[in-house]
Amino acid sequence: MRKITIALSGNPNSGKTTVFNAMTGARQHIANYPGVTVEKKYGRIKHQGYDIEVVDLPGTYSLTAYSLEEIVARDFLVNERPDVVVDIVDASNLDRNLYLAVQFKELGIPLIIALNMVDVAEARGIMVEQEILSTLLGTPVVPTVARSRKGISALLDKAIEVVLNGQEWRPAIISYGTDIDRGLNEIEDIIKGAGAYDKRYPPRWLALKCMEKDNQILELIRGYPEISSAVEAICSKTSKHIMDTLEEEPEGIIADHRYGHIAGITKRSVKRRIESRLNVSDRIDKVLTNRIIGPLVMLVILYGIYEFTFWVSEGPVHWLEVFFGWLKGMVSHTIPAGILYSLIVSGIIDGVGGILGFLPLIMFMFFAIAIMEDSGYMARVAYMLDRLLRWFGLHGNSVMALIVSGGIAGGCAVPGVMATRTLRDPKERIATLLVVPFMNCGAKLPVFAMLIAAFFAKNEARMMFIFTLLSWSFALFAAKIIRSTVLKGPKTPFVMELPPYRLPILKGLIIHTWERTWQFIKRAGTFILAMSILLWAMMTFPGLPEKQTRAYEAQRVGVRDAFLALPEVKTMIKDEKGLEDLDELVNSYRQSMKGKVTSTEMLEKNPLFPLVKSIFSETHALSSAYLLYKVELAQIDGHQNQAMLKGTIAGRVGQILERITFAVGFDYRTNIALIGGFAAKEVVVSTLGTAYSLEEVDPDQSRSLSEKLREDSQWNPLVAFTLILFTMLYVPCMATVISIKTESSWRWAGFSMAFNLIAAFLVCLAVYQVGSALGLGG
Amino acid sequence: MKKVITMREMMNNQGGVIKRVSAGGDMGRRIREMGLVPNTYIQIQGRAPLKDPVAIKIRDFILTLRNNEADHILVEVDVPE
Repeated sequence: MRKITIALSGNPNSGKTTVFNAMTGARQHIANYPGVTVEKKYGRIKHQGYDIEVVDLPGTYSLTAYSLEEIVARDFLVNERPDVVVDIVDASNLDRNLYLAVQFKELGIPLIIALNMVDVAEARGIMVEQEILSTLLGTPVVPTVARSRKGISALLDKAIEVVLNGQEWRPAIISYGTDIDRGLNEIEDIIKGAGAYDKRYPPRWLALKCMEKDNQILELIRGYPEISSAVEAICSKTSKHIMDTLEEEPEGIIADHRYGHIAGITKRSVKRRIESRLNVSDRIDKVLTNRIIGPLVMLVILYGIYEFTFWVSEGPVHWLEVFFGWLKGMVSHTIPAGILYSLIVSGIIDGVGGILGFLPLIMFMFFAIAIMEDSGYMARVAYMLDRLLRWFGLHGNSVMALIVSGGIAGGCAVPGVMATRTLRDPKERIATLLVVPFMNCGAKLPVFAMLIAAFFAKNEARMMFIFTLLSWSFALFAAKIIRSTVLKGPKTPFVMELPPYRLPILKGLIIHTWERTWQFIKRAGTFILAMSILLWAMMTFPGLPEKQTRAYEAQRVGVRDAFLALPEVKTMIKDEKGLEDLDELVNSYRQSMKGKVTSTEMLEKNPLFPLVKSIFSETHALSSAYLLYKVELAQIDGHQNQAMLKGTIAGRVGQILERITFAVGFDYRTNIALIGGFAAKEVVVSTLGTAYSLEEVDPDQSRSLSEKLREDSQWNPLVAFTLILFTMLYVPCMATVISIKTESSWRWAGFSMAFNLIAAFLVCLAVYQVGSALGLGG
Repeated sequence: MKKVITMREMMNNQGGVIKRVSAGGDMGRRIREMGLVPNTYIQIQGRAPLKDPVAIKIRDFILTLRNNEADHILVEVDVPE
């Protein structure tokens, strides 16, 4: 039994994805078309015992070489020659949807029309007589309502039937007026006569594309020098004649005739009830795109999305934290302390876990974007903001990426970078994905919070607002700079459809969200893992010389011995093992004090319990002695970690960089923290903590670090302000860099790192130097 | 009385029939393939908050385009005598 390949095609918003989901369910795969970032979705199904591969071609309005999607779709059809093309056509918007169908007819590939959303069309008073349509088009027509799976099975039946009939490619001929037709005939004869043309394409179609000035096909024809000059001569002769008589380019006349041809078909196959009142979608638009109410509603909706994603992801983010904490605990019980332990805990679990910890947030953000896209509201946001963004060389569609990345503080640049897929023009898309990392993502916030608490405690809310405004300004002006230098180019047309509002389908939303989330997980499991290990190694090796390690150990032993020498302790605890037991018991007792008091009975049976009792009674001398012993131990650990970090590769690099970064007020400790921040920006806080010899610093409870910095003579509000700016602007975190690479290329990912680093340095240099000159650094 | 004006000059809710599309190249192709071809009836649906882009109703859907694109589209409208 043979395998059947079906290519799904259709206009954007025609319900193509819904048909694909209805056909394949969850059995979908995603790859990229070779060499480009356009996604190729496919799925394998069984129907009537046949193995069917369904390939979802990118949604297009036409088959010219206008956009990457169209070229990809066209190349797939001629190179892979699928058995049949199923063109999903929106029955409520037939004329424009048939524009693509007619081009399939001209290419000649076996075609089936899926007349989708017939229910919507009928509700709007549009009745399509499918038999007449089928006869006039010369193509089978199957009515469907993909939302409720109606007609999907019939569509597959029809596809199998067409394939079993072994239909050959039969290019249709449409008349484009005597002048163009004559030109087409002449070119067709030349191509056929040559015999040596590319057999993948029908000659008439090649002739038509030459006449339409299709760059890809003209290039192909130039590969056959014996015919190319004759073909080009006919094209330019026809073009000149048409310009003289009709004042139009041939491609204009061709489009006009195609629509004329379609009008002839729909006039006979579509019956309309007179539609007097506005349909529901138009009435919603009267409010949602109203010049005054529209922007207000938009702000509320965008803000609502934020509140929603944070609210729903709060729980799962916490569970993941708990999970990774538990995992670390498990590792500490099974693997002895040492390099392997450090690699697994600090390198792998902290590194990958730190990024996967954001997963629920990212997932719900994808979900929210999918709702915006599927409902049709995204197009309205682009429409309302296009004028503003155009000034900065961006496109209306750029706004979603900017907002998701942290336009309202707290997003994530990873879904932001992936949201740039809605931009069609490559220059606008790359400009957008280069500037989205400037926005204030959720991982930068702990850094801001710690520094604001230390130096701007009185104006917390105002400072956060200022930094949100600053990040927007930097992103937009950076876009302006990028678009007028490295990505110079014309603004692309904003000829865009505002699709009717539709209620999103849950299944579609889930599939969409999962696809993108899974891509992110895969990245975290591969490249981010490797980078985490590399960063860990940089911040771990070469480590302290043995002599120093022993010196610190000796200090610890001294502190322990002093505690053990206390008369009260001496009688009950003999060795270190005993001390560990005591620490454990103290911890358990503290836990139980916080929770249920009843459970202390078990603890009271422990022979060491009298000691614990003394430690917890504030008046007892042992209480302060125990505290002192713990603090001294922590201080020694802190000093050791600080010394160790300074000696590592990252520490040495940080010290070398000090020669440059003194100009912006950063010493080597800040430099090390910023190197660590490449893993994820919030790591800046914990690394600063280590560099300032604090014990483990929890980014959420960084008060002690704030206090430490406030007391340090190196620090002042100006340095803090500069560091916040630097954190906002410098190299995106590795998850973002990888996303930029996936959406564009290594070249642009590298550019992004260099550009952001230079931008951050220059901005901070100006701020710090001017600030110092004004005496703000005192 | 009939008069031919550019699409930018049309008022909200005003309708008319496209007479000519003067854009060439990629923009012209894009405009035409979305159905903005001569003898098609269009109606202005509204304008964005900053008066640009413009949204029009054409055939059975809503299309938006920027004013500098609308300049290339000449539309015949009714004007009161």
